[in-house]
Amino acid sequence: MRPLLLKGGRVIDPSRGTDGIADVYLVDGRIEAVGMNITAPDAELIDAVGRVVAPGLIDLHVHLREPGQEELETVASGAMAAAAGGFSAVCAMPNTDPVTDNQAAVGFIVRQAMRAGKARVYPIGAISLGQKGQQLAEFGEMVGAGAVAVSDDGKPVVSSQLMRTALEYAQTFGIPVADHCEDPTLSAGGSMHEGLVSTRLGLKGIPAAAEEIMVARDIILAELTGGHIHLCHMSTRGSVALIRRAKENGLRVTAEATPHHFALTHARVEGYNTNAKMNPPLREEADREAIRQALKDGTIDVIASDHAPHHYDAKEREFDDAPNGIIGLETALSLALRELVGPGLLTLPELIDRMSTTAARIFHLPGGTLAVGAPADLVLFDPAARWVVEKNRIQSKSRNTPFMGETMPGIVELTLVDGQVVFRRAAAGS
Amino acid sequence: MPSPIRLLDDAALARALQRMALEIIERAGGTSRLVLVGIQRRGVQLAERLALLIERDHGTIRRGKLDITLYRDDLQAIGPRPVVGETSLPPDIDGAIVVIVDDVLFTGRTIRAALDEVADFGRPRQILLCELVDRGGRELPIHADIVGQSVTTGPGDHVDVRVKELDGEDGVYLVRGDG
Amino acid sequence: MADVSAALGKDLVGLEPLSREQIQLILDTAEPFKEVSERQIKKVPALRGKTIVNLFFEASTRTRISFEFAEKRLSADTVNVAASGSSVSKGETLVDTARNLEAMRIDMVVIRHPASGAAQFLGNRIRSNVINAGDGKHEHPTQGLLDLLTLRDKFGKIEGLKVAICGDVLHSRVARSNIWGLTKLGAEVAVCGPATLLPRDIRELGVTVLPRIEEAIQWADALNVLRLQLERMQGGFIPSLREYNRVFGVTSERLDQAPKDLVILHPGPMNRGVEIDSDVADGPHSVILPQVTNGVAVRMAVLYLLAGGSPDWATASSRSDER
Repeated sequence: MRPLLLKGGRVIDPSRGTDGIADVYLVDGRIEAVGMNITAPDAELIDAVGRVVAPGLIDLHVHLREPGQEELETVASGAMAAAAGGFSAVCAMPNTDPVTDNQAAVGFIVRQAMRAGKARVYPIGAISLGQKGQQLAEFGEMVGAGAVAVSDDGKPVVSSQLMRTALEYAQTFGIPVADHCEDPTLSAGGSMHEGLVSTRLGLKGIPAAAEEIMVARDIILAELTGGHIHLCHMSTRGSVALIRRAKENGLRVTAEATPHHFALTHARVEGYNTNAKMNPPLREEADREAIRQALKDGTIDVIASDHAPHHYDAKEREFDDAPNGIIGLETALSLALRELVGPGLLTLPELIDRMSTTAARIFHLPGGTLAVGAPADLVLFDPAARWVVEKNRIQSKSRNTPFMGETMPGIVELTLVDGQVVFRRAAAGS
Repeated sequence: MPSPIRLLDDAALARALQRMALEIIERAGGTSRLVLVGIQRRGVQLAERLALLIERDHGTIRRGKLDITLYRDDLQAIGPRPVVGETSLPPDIDGAIVVIVDDVLFTGRTIRAALDEVADFGRPRQILLCELVDRGGRELPIHADIVGQSVTTGPGDHVDVRVKELDGEDGVYLVRGDG
Repeated sequence: MADVSAALGKDLVGLEPLSREQIQLILDTAEPFKEVSERQIKKVPALRGKTIVNLFFEASTRTRISFEFAEKRLSADTVNVAASGSSVSKGETLVDTARNLEAMRIDMVVIRHPASGAAQFLGNRIRSNVINAGDGKHEHPTQGLLDLLTLRDKFGKIEGLKVAICGDVLHSRVARSNIWGLTKLGAEVAVCGPATLLPRDIRELGVTVLPRIEEAIQWADALNVLRLQLERMQGGFIPSLREYNRVFGVTSERLDQAPKDLVILHPGPMNRGVEIDSDVADGPHSVILPQVTNGVAVRMAVLYLLAGGSPDWATASSRSDER
């Protein structure tokens, strides 16, 4: 493998608190040097002037649909989509078919990812067998095969006893337990946020309380057990307040929020737009504002896309019948630039932290850093260049996004994993 | 835009109506089975005046109103008209002598529609057509039995009947178009 | 003369998108159609040659019959299709149904469906006019219109009228359509029912909340009494139908306390003895039967006004699949 030299870019490394123009020199899949005016005659030269060089982005929450629904996405196509979005690593949720709840299933995903050779894919194992919420899955075996966390995402863990057990048991292996916080008795039958829009549209709503009740429960259990709870896709201001207090009390609580939750509100559902249907649903203006502030002050640790591919036919349905979720890997960075950095809420280094450095830290993953000796997982992107979200620009197999046709800032030009180029933007005009 | 030519002033219109009233009685052979039905809109006012004229020397005359909008043959082309006026006919027109009263006879399509509509209410013994103005230009084989004033017009022309009750004055005007 | 069909748009999906003027236009147009229903020959040729499909995914005898009469009295050709529930159950998806209808060159579709938004879903995908006969919990615009017409007949106007909508507002498309229609025409609207059956944000639609039926009776000029469905009890929203009747039922004892001559409306079908007692439904205050008569006239008006904008299949250029 030829050495690579990225010259003259704005190098942002939140792990070391650096942000400035520099060269980055990669040898044998590792960061060899970061500094001014590096010369490396054998290296392939990559012009990074006017662009940002950052540790590869890490998405802690994606759905890759393999095994079971390969027509929607596979590990390979998802890894490709991730790389196109600037991600050098993603964590794949286990609500596949069959559920990824054993070491063979975890190993399968690891191997599929290696074969694809694009972004890294770290499997998340199920908490319970079949995600049925009853019997604990074999955390140890799954971790041994490559799982980095456990979750029953897709579904909430309804039984508090099970969640307690999971939080205790997971500590043996040093992994977080990620929960999809939803009280199913409050949310049953609901298809969007319970509020003025749902009243006008005649759709059953899911109240914010459905999420907050489980957030509170999980925080209490984290305190009881001393375990690490990671709260998936937070969407309400009440949840944010609960997390803030938990962190003030020093509990091991981490949280993520999706780009659509800091970009959109329930107003987007107008006209029964099924590409605005997801779980948890898009909430009110005040909730969106709280999520943004929480990302700013670190109450919410990371941005995670909850990438959820669905078929066109499936979304071409009456609102109640349409499945939940949208794809997000390829619009995450752009939405963050547009909604958080552009208005001046987050600085670019803070953003990279929320999308890379902190993600690596809280899930104990390699990456998120440009320290010398670290694996060369990088992203090179132009934060000012604009692009239009169009069908033929999307690498994912699915196209279910409400942002189709919108112009966004931020074009990923290069994504590297272990010093290998896993994504390179074709030259303009092609 | 050329100025309108007045064909009938209010005095001439009143005289025409008087003559038409007499002709109605004559053609209908009396007033016993007579029903005057005005076509919306100005036919209604004209029918009312004719009825009052006839009633001066005879007993009460039965009247009715017809709005033919829903029977037009060109609804698809012109689109629906929002203001569909009142239609009401006396209950037993079977065997009656119905005199349809209208302001201007042109293509004849309004009258065709009116005949269809009357047929939906019953079977008169006879239907007569009474028009204030016959301007020629028939597209259907329809003729008026009683006419106030005949005038030759071209397709671009417009005949404008005004009645005090709706327009503040009585009169009939001809506006020549570009032909 | 203004292009009326363009003024109403291609579809009637609900009353929310309509302006005050558009609603008044429909009510005014319904008047002459009332007269047609009084004739011996209850027919006018206005929609002759138009094909209309009644696409009902929910069983409904009364609404379907009312639409069928309206269509036939306008001389249109009608076809009734009773289809199964949602896309997910066996049978054709709504999208495929839409495309088949368009391929058959249907002029107008009247649709009733259990999913909110189904009428708009269909209207966005076919060129035929789409009329919403009730979509999920969203709207039932012709019911709202006939309620308005009935109130206007009784009171001469809607502006300033006090109307209380009583019952299960949360699940009611009739309630929503009524709220839109009444507020747009300047009435004062209140809702009354157990809190479990009132949407939390309902006040933001310009509506007052009256917690007890007695208050509604004191305040209102007219009550629109909604049907309470058995499922509500099974869904745990109220403990029992008996308690509902005891606490919220419109009974003649309660009506006797009214300071004014209250007018009682009900969209039907009635649960006698639950939300409304028989002596009230059949009594002098009730306008339930005039509602039914007005229903046909209002539906004729809607079909008539939309028909002007129907696609002219003879001249429409053939459009290959644009998707």
